[in-house]
Amino acid sequence: MITFDRVTKRYPDGTVAVDDLSLEVPTGGITVFVGPSGCGKTTSLRMINRMIDPSEGRVLLDGVDVTTVDPPTLRRGIGYVIQQAGLFPHRKIVDNVATVPQLLGWDRRKARDRAMELLERVGLDTGLANRYPFQLSGGQQQRVGVARALAADPPVLLMDEPFSAVDPIVRASLQDELLRLQAELHKTIVFVTHDIDEAVKLGDRVAVLQVGGHLAQLDDPATLLARPADGFVQEFLGRDRGIRRLSFVPGEGLRLRDDLTVPVSADVASARGTAEPWLAVVGPDGGPLGWAATSGLPKSGTFEAVPLAPYGTFVRGRDSLRAALDAALLSPSGNAIAVDDSGRAEGVVTREVLDEALVLAAREASRVAGETRAGEGPGEAGGAREAADGR
Amino acid sequence: MDGEPLVRWDWIWRNWSTGRAGSIDSLLQQHVVMALLPVVLGLVVALPIGLACVRWRWLYQPTAGLMNVVYALPSLPVFMLLLPATGLGPATVIIPLSFYGVAVLIPAVVDGIASVPDHVRQSAVAMGFTPLRRLLRVELPIAVPVVLAGLRVVAVSSISLVSVGALIGQGGLGNLFTDAFKRDFPTPAVVGIVLIVALALLVDGLLLAAQRLLTPWQRARGSA
Ligand SMILES: Nc1ncnc2c1ncn2[C@@H]1O[C@H](COP(=O)(O)OP(=O)(O)OP(=O)(O)O)[C@@H](O)[C@H]1O
Ligand SMILES: [Mg+2]
Repeated sequence: MITFDRVTKRYPDGTVAVDDLSLEVPTGGITVFVGPSGCGKTTSLRMINRMIDPSEGRVLLDGVDVTTVDPPTLRRGIGYVIQQAGLFPHRKIVDNVATVPQLLGWDRRKARDRAMELLERVGLDTGLANRYPFQLSGGQQQRVGVARALAADPPVLLMDEPFSAVDPIVRASLQDELLRLQAELHKTIVFVTHDIDEAVKLGDRVAVLQVGGHLAQLDDPATLLARPADGFVQEFLGRDRGIRRLSFVPGEGLRLRDDLTVPVSADVASARGTAEPWLAVVGPDGGPLGWAATSGLPKSGTFEAVPLAPYGTFVRGRDSLRAALDAALLSPSGNAIAVDDSGRAEGVVTREVLDEALVLAAREASRVAGETRAGEGPGEAGGAREAADGR
Repeated sequence: MDGEPLVRWDWIWRNWSTGRAGSIDSLLQQHVVMALLPVVLGLVVALPIGLACVRWRWLYQPTAGLMNVVYALPSLPVFMLLLPATGLGPATVIIPLSFYGVAVLIPAVVDGIASVPDHVRQSAVAMGFTPLRRLLRVELPIAVPVVLAGLRVVAVSSISLVSVGALIGQGGLGNLFTDAFKRDFPTPAVVGIVLIVALALLVDGLLLAAQRLLTPWQRARGSA
C-alpha cells in the first residue's frame, strides 16, 4: 500500500504543485490520478519513487517513509513507465528490458531470458528483441516500456501518461493489454492520465486532482460518474458522463429475442406475413450478416438475394449496457444483435428492452447519488473532503 | 626552375627510407605522433572538464570563453612562447595542439551529454541507476556521435597544424616544405602536401568507421 500523508510540494519558485494531499493507494489495484494539465499528477507520482521529495508530509510505501530509503534501491523495486517510453536508444530491445535485472546483479543469461519472457507477455514478437528502439513503432516502444518496467517483478508500477502519445486504436489495445496483465499480476499501479475515459476504463479507483494540487474526489469509477463531489469534478467528467456511466452497467441481463434472426439460407417465404419490420440475417457460421427489411422482400428465393442494412453487435456476458446501446444505434432497426465470444449471434435485444434497461440504470444512478436533483448541479463544499476521506 | 619537373620520382625513391632522421618515412611517423597525441591528450583532458561543466552549469560559460581565447591564439607565437620552457623538442608543438583539442572537445562533450533526450535520462533515474552508472552506461554512450564528430574536426586540423612546427624544426612532414623552399626544389613540398592530405583523409575515415561501429543504433543510417 502507498500512503500519501498530508503531502505538500512547493517548488523553489513558489509554485505549489501538490497541496496537502492525503490518500491511500491500495495494494493490488489500479489507482488513477486524473486531472487537467499542471494539477500536480506527475509531481505526486514522482514523490513515490523519490524523483521528487515532498516539502511537507510523508509518502509511505508499506508503512515505510520512502525518504528513509536510498533512492536507487527504492527505484529498482518500483517500475516506471512514461509517455515517450524513454527507451535507451543505444541498447537493443532485449537489453532495454533486462536493464533493472542487470542493475540488481542478475547474471546476463537469466536477465535476458527474463526479458524474452516479458516481451512475449506484453504481446510483442520476440523477433524484435535484437532491434534498436528506433526500429519500432510508437505502440511497440510503449509495450517495451511496460515490459522493461515489469522485468524485475516490482510490486509497484508507476505509469505517467504511458499511452497518450499513440493513436486511439493502439491506445485502446494497450489499455486492454494492461488490464489483462493486471488480472494476472495484481501489481499496485498508480496510473496518471488527463483523459477521463482512460481513467474510468482502467481505474479501480480514480483520484481527480484540481490545479493547485488539491484532491477533488477519490472514488471508484461508477460512483465518480454517478456522484461527482463538486462542480469542478462534474465539469471535468464532461457532458456525456451519463452515457459513460452505462459502461459500468452490465449488459448481461438484457432479455434476448430469438425469433428475430433468420439463416441466410432460409426461404424468404418463411418471413412473409411477419409483423416485424426488420430481421437479423445470420450466416452459415452463425455470425450476423445484416438486417433485412421485411417490407421489401423479393417474391421468391433465399435471403442470399436480399440487400442487407448495416448492424452493430455486443458481446453478451462481457460488454456493458453502453456497448449494447451503441450496437442498437448502429442498426436501422434500432435493435442490437447479441453475440457470444466467438461472434455467433445469440439473439436480438430490442429497443423496448434497452429502454427498460436505461430507465433502470437511471434510477440506480439517482439512488447511488443519494438524492434526485434532476437538472441541478450537485452541492458545493463538503463533498470533496468527504470523498477524500473515503467517507 | 625551368626544366625542373614538379615531381622528381627518383628523389622520392631515394629519400623515402634512408634510415636517417629526415627521411620521408620517419617524418611521416613523427607527423602522425605529433598530430594524434594532442588529439588523445585533448580528449583525456576535455572529458573530465566537459563533464564538470555539465554537472556545474555555471562553469561552462567561463570555460567556453577561455577556450575560445585559447583557440584564437595563433600557433606560431605560442610555439615561440613555449620555446624557453620546452626547447626545440616535439613538446613545443604537441602542447599547444593539445590545447586546441581541448578547446574544441569541451563543447563537444557538453553538447554530447546535452543530446541525451530528457525522457531517456529520467527513465534511467527512475530505474535506479546511480549517477556514475548512469553517466557510464547511458549518457556517455549516447554522447558518442557528437563527441566523435568533434574528434574528427580536431584530428584533421591537428594533422594540418603540425606542419607549422617546421618553423622550429619540429613539423613532421611540414619539414618537407621548408626543405623545398630553401632549395627551390618543389618535389618535397608536393610529397608533403599529398601525404598530409592522405593522412587526414585516412584518419577521418577511420574515425567515421569507428563511429559506425560504435553506434549501430543511430536512426540517421536508416538501415532498418
Ligand atoms: N521543477 C519545477 N519547478 C517549478 N515548478 C514546477 C516544476 N515542475 C512542475 N512545476 C509546476 O508544478 C505544477 C504541477 O506540475 P506537474 O508536472 O506535476 O503537473 P501534471 O499534472 O503532471 O501536468 P501535465 O498533465 O501537463 O503533465 C505545474 O504548475 C508546473 O508548472
Ligand atoms: Mg505530467
